[in-house]
Amino acid sequence: MPTFDWSIVARYGPTFLEGAATTLAVSVVSTLIGVGLGFVTALARLSPWRPLRAAARAYVEVIRGTPLLVQLFFLYAALPLYGVRLSATASGVVALSLYTGAYAGEIFRAGLTAIHRGQVEAARSLGMSYGQTLRRIVAPIMAALVLPPLTNEFTGVIKWSSLLSIVTVPELTFAAYRAIGETYSAVEPLLVSGLLYWCLNDLVVAAGRGLERRLTRHLA
Amino acid sequence: MSAEPVLRIEALRKAYGATEVLRGIDLAVARGEVLCVIGPSGSGKSTLLRCINFLEEPTSGLVYLDGEPIGYRLDAAGRRVRDAARRINALRQRIGIVFQAFNLWPHRTALGNVIEALLVVRRQRRAEAEAVGLAMLERVGLADKAHEYPARLSGGQQQRVAIARALAMKPEIMLFDEVTSALDPELVGEVLKVMRGLAADGMTMVVVTHEMGFAREVADRIVFMDGGVVVEEGRPAELLTRPQNERTRRFLARLLAPAGA
Repeated sequence: MPTFDWSIVARYGPTFLEGAATTLAVSVVSTLIGVGLGFVTALARLSPWRPLRAAARAYVEVIRGTPLLVQLFFLYAALPLYGVRLSATASGVVALSLYTGAYAGEIFRAGLTAIHRGQVEAARSLGMSYGQTLRRIVAPIMAALVLPPLTNEFTGVIKWSSLLSIVTVPELTFAAYRAIGETYSAVEPLLVSGLLYWCLNDLVVAAGRGLERRLTRHLA
Repeated sequence: MSAEPVLRIEALRKAYGATEVLRGIDLAVARGEVLCVIGPSGSGKSTLLRCINFLEEPTSGLVYLDGEPIGYRLDAAGRRVRDAARRINALRQRIGIVFQAFNLWPHRTALGNVIEALLVVRRQRRAEAEAVGLAMLERVGLADKAHEYPARLSGGQQQRVAIARALAMKPEIMLFDEVTSALDPELVGEVLKVMRGLAADGMTMVVVTHEMGFAREVADRIVFMDGGVVVEEGRPAELLTRPQNERTRRFLARLLAPAGA
């Protein structure tokens, strides 16, 4: 009967922690970019200008319809053929951002559609510009609506970032593979990395819940 | 006082596709006048109000505020040309509107709702804006609710906050779009009381309403609309008791008849 080899955990502990830090950093940056991209995408999808709507929709459909792994390889391996060379980490962040942007775009679109037209009209009728209305009225009302699904999305990004190991980004799963390759034991590295992913996502969920409390004070 | 009315509406038409909602409206509202607009639902009353502050773009015709066309400039040949967004926003500040559905912003307190445009549009300092905001809430009898969020207020209170929010911009004219229609009957009175106060203070008002008692008592003039046109207008006592037009007569008869009769 196989026993759990704690020495592997001890030996590769620092590698795992560095990997987890990279996973968190890559995920946070990609989520931030993706959220910005998603907001713009949602605005574009609701724009009265047809070409803009079509472009935003095409973006969402391509990203949603193809595997993240394929998108990642395209950025890392195919783009250099066209003269665009990105580092492993850069292509990973770009791929995850684009991926998150498409999904966040749909979340934001739902949030924007849920805002009463009347609340926007009230702002415009007082002389507020489109931009002022967006910043002061639409964005904060929407934030409270979309935070739960966005938190969900963020936990997804943390897990999807494991695919970045395949293009050699030294994140958590990459660390696990390294440990497996060097020790020929799969159980310990995979369990440890799984636990660390869970911890990271617990952090995300806790942060999301805190922010949600702040943003929904007015609904109490 | 100049002869120019505060609000002048000329040959106003509004169509959505093939459906013409407004079919040529001409109206003028003098400074300090309270004009009530009555008529069956679908007669174009709300669309008329929304065209006045350019929430809806008229298909043709013009609305003038103090002689200035709203939403358009006139070119040398006298044709309408869409105005710059900045000028439209500036004109809107001078026209207050209160909606049937209140439309308060849920993430701002009562006071926050009232001062938002003062902070963002007028760029007033917060302390200055709050002083104005509290005075406005005082005026609608809600100073004690200044720090409550809309979700904690009754419908009547929310609507009074909405009135305070519009008043804070010191508009030259106030538009009311069936502001008591969404309220429980026992809350209608508190809102009408505020509106009576405004009328008594000399505010120029255009009030779309189904409250005939209010129209009779407060209006200087009543306009009856049906099918996108002004069918009849006159002083309340005349129009409500001796309507000249058959459509007005039928509308009033239906409205004043006991339910089920």
